[in-house]
Amino acid sequence: MNSVSLSIALLLASGIRISTPLILGALGETVTERAGHLNLGVEGMMMLGGALAYTVALHTESVILALLGGMLGAMFGSLVYAFLTVALRANQTVTGLALTTFGVGLGNTIGKLGNGANVPSAVTQFFGKGPLTLNLDGIENKPVIGPVLTFINEAILKHNIFVYLAIILAIILYIFLFKTRAGLHLRAVGESPAAADASGINVNRVKYTGILIGGALAGLAGAYYPLAHIGTWTDNITGGRGWIVVALVIFVRWHPIKAIFGSFLFGLLDIIGLRLPTLFPGVAGLAIFSEYAFNMYPYIMTIIVLIASYIRGRKGWMGPAALGHSYFREER
Amino acid sequence: MRIRIVQRDHIAGGKAALIRVIAIVLSFLVAAILLGVMGYNPWQAFGSLFKSAFGSMSNIRSTIITAIPLIIISLGVAIAFHMGYVNVGGEGQLLAGAVVATFISHNLPTSLPKIIMLLAMAAGSLLGGMLIAVIPAYFKAKFGVNETLFTLMLNYVMQYYVLMLRTQTWKDPKAMGFPKIAAVPNNAILPKVFGIHIGWIIAIILVVLVSMLLRRTKIGYEIRVVGASVNTARYAGMDVNRVILIGICMSGAIAGLTGMVKLSGTTYNLSESIGGGSGFTAVIIAWLAKLSPVGILIVGFLFGALTQGAVGMELALGIPAALAESIQGLILFGTLGCEFFVNYRLVREYPSKATKEAA
Amino acid sequence: MQQTVSNPILEMIGIAKSFGKVKANDNVDFTLQKGEIHALLGENGSGKSTLMNILAGIYSPDAGEIYINGELCRFTSPRQSLEKGVGMVHQHFKLIDHMTAWENIIIGTGSGLSLGKNAVVKKLKELSEAYGIVLDPLKLVKDMSVGEKQNVEIMKVLYRGATILVMDEPTAVLTPQEIEGLFNVLRRMRDRGRSVIFISHKLNEVLDLCSQVTVLRAGKMVGTISTEKITPQTLVELMVGHQVDLSIERPNPLPRPVCLNVEDLSVRDEHGSLMLNRVTFDMRPGEILGVAGLAGSGQKELCEAIAGLQPKATGHIEFDGKSLLGHTPREIIRMGISMSFIPEDRLGMGLVANMDIVDNVMLKDYAFYKGPWLHRKEAEDKATAIVDQLEIRTPSVNQVVSRLSGGNIQKVILGREINLNPKLLITAYAVRGLDINSSHTIYNLLNQQKAKGVAILYIGEDLDVLMELCDRIMVLCQGEVTGIVNARETDKEELGLMMAGTVELSPAEKSRSAALLEGQADPADKEVRS
Repeated sequence: MNSVSLSIALLLASGIRISTPLILGALGETVTERAGHLNLGVEGMMMLGGALAYTVALHTESVILALLGGMLGAMFGSLVYAFLTVALRANQTVTGLALTTFGVGLGNTIGKLGNGANVPSAVTQFFGKGPLTLNLDGIENKPVIGPVLTFINEAILKHNIFVYLAIILAIILYIFLFKTRAGLHLRAVGESPAAADASGINVNRVKYTGILIGGALAGLAGAYYPLAHIGTWTDNITGGRGWIVVALVIFVRWHPIKAIFGSFLFGLLDIIGLRLPTLFPGVAGLAIFSEYAFNMYPYIMTIIVLIASYIRGRKGWMGPAALGHSYFREER
Repeated sequence: MRIRIVQRDHIAGGKAALIRVIAIVLSFLVAAILLGVMGYNPWQAFGSLFKSAFGSMSNIRSTIITAIPLIIISLGVAIAFHMGYVNVGGEGQLLAGAVVATFISHNLPTSLPKIIMLLAMAAGSLLGGMLIAVIPAYFKAKFGVNETLFTLMLNYVMQYYVLMLRTQTWKDPKAMGFPKIAAVPNNAILPKVFGIHIGWIIAIILVVLVSMLLRRTKIGYEIRVVGASVNTARYAGMDVNRVILIGICMSGAIAGLTGMVKLSGTTYNLSESIGGGSGFTAVIIAWLAKLSPVGILIVGFLFGALTQGAVGMELALGIPAALAESIQGLILFGTLGCEFFVNYRLVREYPSKATKEAA
Repeated sequence: MQQTVSNPILEMIGIAKSFGKVKANDNVDFTLQKGEIHALLGENGSGKSTLMNILAGIYSPDAGEIYINGELCRFTSPRQSLEKGVGMVHQHFKLIDHMTAWENIIIGTGSGLSLGKNAVVKKLKELSEAYGIVLDPLKLVKDMSVGEKQNVEIMKVLYRGATILVMDEPTAVLTPQEIEGLFNVLRRMRDRGRSVIFISHKLNEVLDLCSQVTVLRAGKMVGTISTEKITPQTLVELMVGHQVDLSIERPNPLPRPVCLNVEDLSVRDEHGSLMLNRVTFDMRPGEILGVAGLAGSGQKELCEAIAGLQPKATGHIEFDGKSLLGHTPREIIRMGISMSFIPEDRLGMGLVANMDIVDNVMLKDYAFYKGPWLHRKEAEDKATAIVDQLEIRTPSVNQVVSRLSGGNIQKVILGREINLNPKLLITAYAVRGLDINSSHTIYNLLNQQKAKGVAILYIGEDLDVLMELCDRIMVLCQGEVTGIVNARETDKEELGLMMAGTVELSPAEKSRSAALLEGQADPADKEVRS
């Protein structure tokens, strides 16, 4: 396998790894928004999840408990959001922003208690393993099949379990939303809580469920950074990815499967920006090709997609109809 | 017995105020528990918060200095909110204003009289904020593109743009390789009155101007009508798109001016963190103030106190700034949640007394 | 009151419910027998919908008890009501536009993970045949006509096997044929032992369909009577509470030259469907021209096109020789044409619900003062004058309009619009939701304007009122004028036929004529003129 295709494979691999938490976060926010709630607090929930996962990992050295801790941490944030916006009908936009303030603050506070200790090796080793990696001894050097398999191996199969978990979750959520009764009910609540209510659905229960699932997945997304990506805690470890998640959900039009590809595109842009100076040293001097400029591009792309989807889809479905609105049965 | 929710027809002002005060007190109680869990003495912590916000003249000055940009940018955001336009892009508009102001300050002669330099920077920052704000407004008016997400995304575009300026295009060669943008020259620094840069006068003038705009002018009336119902506005013969564009230009311009005030009043250097999240805080301040300019003055000041108090807690007791931030979040939760009790009331319901003989 | 028949399927006793200070239901009793169609009759605001919303578990009553098959039921959610066999078809359909019929129908039903689409569709087919309901289970609700949507709602109830069906004003949106179809479905349900509560304020429908009628007035129960023993006149008296003179005065118009000329007016909605197709008519000063037609026949588009709110309309509108088309409302006023428009959606279009009377009074003329400032003092004087003149019941002119009653809200708009001294007054459903007395106040105000020489375009839904109030009646059907008749000579049969559209265009013909119109969009303007 030559060096160009190897570096492309590695680039793809990095893109996939970077996109994994985005997939998880976007799936969570998709479920939340499908239930009619715009939760702008993803960043805060991810921080809570990351901090809790990190802390639990330090103390228990258990992968399962760390993940569980991350999920519960973020779910706590989403529960507060749910109580305020469902039971108390607070404004969703403002509550989401408050949740971000709260979550980022508390997340950083808790994370810092670890004093920058590394995540125990029992945990990092688990996430260092690639369960699907092929053993290519002997095939490697065969013509055609050798390079192709190596490429696939390097790009797609060498990832940690988180990556495949995200993809499996996307498929499960797709089936849940579109093929099951509970999913139909959740979508009905997001489209018209009044209609769902009149049909005998417990609207509040569905909303809480949707928001809490959103929290759990944001927690997994947040846990990814200390456990599988960085290996320790740093301030603001999620680095604003929670906001990309919110944009992504619109980008992929509230669809779990499309979330995989949308996230990958975002991840790839991220990584290209980082690697561009080494890949093409000639353009590195230009500011618009700098890694900072490439940091900007995912957001610009989201804006373009946002505009395009409105111009194209104005007659069609533009997201859950009741997204962002509180529901009160006796409203007159 | 069970409990039922009933919409309030009307609530007395005093009762509403009481509910809000109780909510804030309860939030502080929860914050106290959080502080206690984290191993700090809540009583000491709140004492130092209060002292550092109001304890001395110089502390009060610091509080006001912190509050100034919050108040100004919240006024800008509130204009947009009056139109039902959720402008969460204050941060980006602030940065745009600061970028243009920095550019002007670096390119006009340092010998220029201060007043001219400052006016030029102010004008530039107004324009900068306006330009970045008007893009999503145009697409909202023309195609109905959701402005919440558009303005949100522009914040990040602007932040990375400034980061790019700081590390590359505008990197100060005299900073010995340290990636920073040169400070503004001396004639670009806001003068002080009563020991505080004149941003506070700008803030008060803007409170008056925005109040008058909304209550006394035709365009302010149009802004309110558009916010209440686009259909009504159209029916009354208003050009809704024009109103939105004008309103957003004003909203963005004020946010942009905030960038200049921060630059010339406190930081002197442009960096991507110059806004410090005030664009988001502004959304919350404007909301809690019910979009009233005078309300923003008060709520903005209290937020300034909270932020300034947090600095004191960190200095005096080593309580991390992040913990103070989460306490701010807690207080927000409390104030957001209590609006429910202002708008609805809970009714206890006993088994019905009506029986068959009533028929 | 009747309590003689034993074994009722439903008894509601002493029901009370207040919204703020308004007592929507005050000690109401209601009894329903198995296998009957029972009318619930009352004026707008008499509490019919509130009572049924309580039965459906949407509202919780402040007091009172509900017995179904003798069992005391306390509903805290619609689910509990559905489980007891109550199914309600709401006046404003509770359907999800971006889902199909079958998805809408099974929401909230069944258990288990899978949706079981095939079984559902099969069961729906069987129900369709059994009750004679036309329904395509795979069609998206957003693509359906109003009648089809109603069928989905009825099917929702049947699918769940409800024994008590509540229909809230189901006929307002249907054609006469659709109404007959609906009645047949309801009769079939009755014959199979189900009970139907039919909410209406249309007397003839009640007498035609129902065996019992319960009358509500101002939130209180008046009584339950068998329809065999009663005449329309007594029913009205029960509804209104006193003898009413239902006749409306109608002065003769003066012979004057035509002032408004509308020719070949066409309007498309944002999706490109033709909402108004080549409408042509004229109006004279001091004349009331009524517009009849089923809901959504183009009335809204017609009003808005004349008022300058449909910038994409094609054709000609001339008032006193000046062309209005392509001008905004403000430009039209600047041209010196004084026109008033009272839209159908009062709080959502005609007024700003959360502003006070003063702010609302200046809505139309604030822009004509010079300078950037508002002239609130002048508006305040004007508001005070309007409140006095029209006897609007409000604590002050600074009262937020959404807190006023329906009749007073309508008076605020009417007062503001009349204050502009219009030459042309357009009113859309001016008395919708008002009680009989308020309605007559509005008719009188309109007649005063007529006497002053104002040309009035009156969009109405009650044919009796149209025939008594107007000089001529224009009938719209699917965006086309199917006839303009002398109101003094026409009758309901004639109007009904025109409303249903005597000539039915096939879909192919419709799209062909639409394409023709599209093809000559701009040149047509000139051609028609020559």
